[in-house]
Amino acid sequence: MTSALRVILQIINYTIFMFLVGYFSIYPQFKHLEDDQAMITLAISHAGERREECRKIPPEELAKLPPNMRTPMDCPRERSPIVVELTLDGKVVISDNVEPPGLYADQGIDIFQSIKIPAGKHLLSLKMNDSVRVEGPTFTHKQDINLEPAQLLVIQFDSENGKFTLN
Amino acid sequence: MKTFNPIKRGYLALEEWLNISFGGELNPLYHLGTLTFFFFWIVLISGIYLFIFFDTSLSGAYNSVEYLTNEQWYLGGVMRSLHRYASDAAILTILLHMFREFALDRYRGFRWFSWLTGVPTLWFVVTLGITGYWLVWDELGLYVAVLSAQLMDALPIVSGSMARNFLEGQLTDRFFTLMGFLHLLGQPVLLIFALWIHVKRLSHVEISAPRGLALGSFIALMALSLYMPAESHAPADLGKVPATLNIDWFYLNIYPLLDHWSAGNVWILSIGVTMFLMIMPWLPPKKTGHAAVVHLDECNGCGQCADDCPFDAITMRQRTDEARWEYEVVVDDKLCAACGICVGSCHSSNIFRYKNKTLDTGIDMPQFPVDEVRQKTAEVISGIEGDTKILILGCDHAYDVKQINEPGIGIMTLFCSGMTPPSLVEYALKNGVDGVLLTGCRNGDCFYRYGNIWMDKRLDGDRKPVLRERADKSRIEVFRAAETDGKKLTQKIDEFKQHLILLNKEDAATTADNGTDGGAS
Repeated sequence: MTSALRVILQIINYTIFMFLVGYFSIYPQFKHLEDDQAMITLAISHAGERREECRKIPPEELAKLPPNMRTPMDCPRERSPIVVELTLDGKVVISDNVEPPGLYADQGIDIFQSIKIPAGKHLLSLKMNDSVRVEGPTFTHKQDINLEPAQLLVIQFDSENGKFTLN
Repeated sequence: MKTFNPIKRGYLALEEWLNISFGGELNPLYHLGTLTFFFFWIVLISGIYLFIFFDTSLSGAYNSVEYLTNEQWYLGGVMRSLHRYASDAAILTILLHMFREFALDRYRGFRWFSWLTGVPTLWFVVTLGITGYWLVWDELGLYVAVLSAQLMDALPIVSGSMARNFLEGQLTDRFFTLMGFLHLLGQPVLLIFALWIHVKRLSHVEISAPRGLALGSFIALMALSLYMPAESHAPADLGKVPATLNIDWFYLNIYPLLDHWSAGNVWILSIGVTMFLMIMPWLPPKKTGHAAVVHLDECNGCGQCADDCPFDAITMRQRTDEARWEYEVVVDDKLCAACGICVGSCHSSNIFRYKNKTLDTGIDMPQFPVDEVRQKTAEVISGIEGDTKILILGCDHAYDVKQINEPGIGIMTLFCSGMTPPSLVEYALKNGVDGVLLTGCRNGDCFYRYGNIWMDKRLDGDRKPVLRERADKSRIEVFRAAETDGKKLTQKIDEFKQHLILLNKEDAATTADNGTDGGAS
């Protein structure tokens, strides 16, 4: 084989190589969100209420305890799961029931869920229960929203003030 | 008869095409490992340059990359493109490397360690690329960051939510300090360590790509960088969702799955595929022959076998017997591939030794000792019929020469081409064959890495033990042939036969002339 032909073949091979590298470096394009879609992210970081109420220890019972363990209140560590429901225009789009992590199920709960929705106006409704001692939601929120295409609406829970925040 | 393996056939066809284009010495498929190293060098050098200008802050990262891409396109932009494309090319060569080892069944048996350690090494490379995309901090960087955090959150070992860090107001410059540390130091160090382990069981490890191939690849990447410079997406906006993304499929192929599957399922798939790849050497396992055995009585501790062993299975140590030599060799059975290359490299394997008794050598294969090799060769030679006799010395991993059934041809196969003591060739020529044709795996593609390379050097007198000068080299032919090269080999045999017929005629004429001259005088 002549060296000229070999060079041509090499150029062809290098071109195939460049094409493969260049093409798959950016193509095919990936559509993460359609042009008319927006996204809602539910990002809740909150510790559920204690499963059982704290109990005041009677003085006689307290006296039986070693001096260093004599705390006036007995608070069981276990916390409640968090049940959360996000409804959009009457339709449930996110529903979650998260048990508290930790060996004693006493840790705070993190929920991070995203959902793609059509951009535009919607009626958003939130319900959350953070106590097994209460029937039904402990927190609710209702709001009209109007989302632009590609907009991200982040819903968080302000534990300190006990309310949902939408940003 | 070997079974038909379409994957192997397909691979060999690709290899043949590249052999035609590049020649055996520069065939990229024979240098996938060194090419990958070469691409890593490009990534390293371009990365250092980019880091000089990179602003490791939340607000400055994107702008500093944009400055390099647009204001300093002639150098910074080219460096950025080279950084990206060389990283992508490295994945391509790694995948080809894996495919090659699989297609040629070079991942089982004694090769299990390299395969097993290679799989997590690929993950190190991929995660290094992923953190690189974070650093640009454009829409793609944000997308990768959020989804990576969601993946991490799905692991039971992570407490709290990493993904929350990417909500507006949460992110700080410390994020970039961490990413910078990971991408620039932590991950590369881990990768180097993983690569070191990956090649731990190999000797004569080459990490430099042939100059021609390196140059060609560099020019190709440079051309790509100029034609299609790497660009950023729009800057990351924590209040917006990246909609259309130019995903780098070499590194980020797993992320689109998260649009359809939960993070947990993506982990199950990834871990499942990884585990499957890692256990492949045992599906089913491949038996390696008996390890080489050292006969100290015949070993002078020259170390040639240790130097020739492609798998670092032979080491030298102080002599343990009373012989006058300083060293002796030791075979690590666990590392031995049973290729027999050490037998070919041992000076004591000289076929002309101990003519009338068992030929013991310094290092031998118990399943096919060199004495048996000599006996078998003598048998094969005595069985060849015809006017022009050819002995073909083949190996067990290339074209199956036992398929050749032609008069005048004797077939002898060894575990590897490199197992052939050069004296065996001379022995055959002295014992009645007109020519010896050595075949074996294609040049640069020895099943045992260096068998055919060492053998060629021995024949050329460049590596011990050499073929003696007195051997008639015009009667020795070397033609390497893979499983699919039957026609070419047959053609070569015919050519060699014609060549030998001519030589025989010339020799006969010279003998006749000498006889006539002798009579006249």
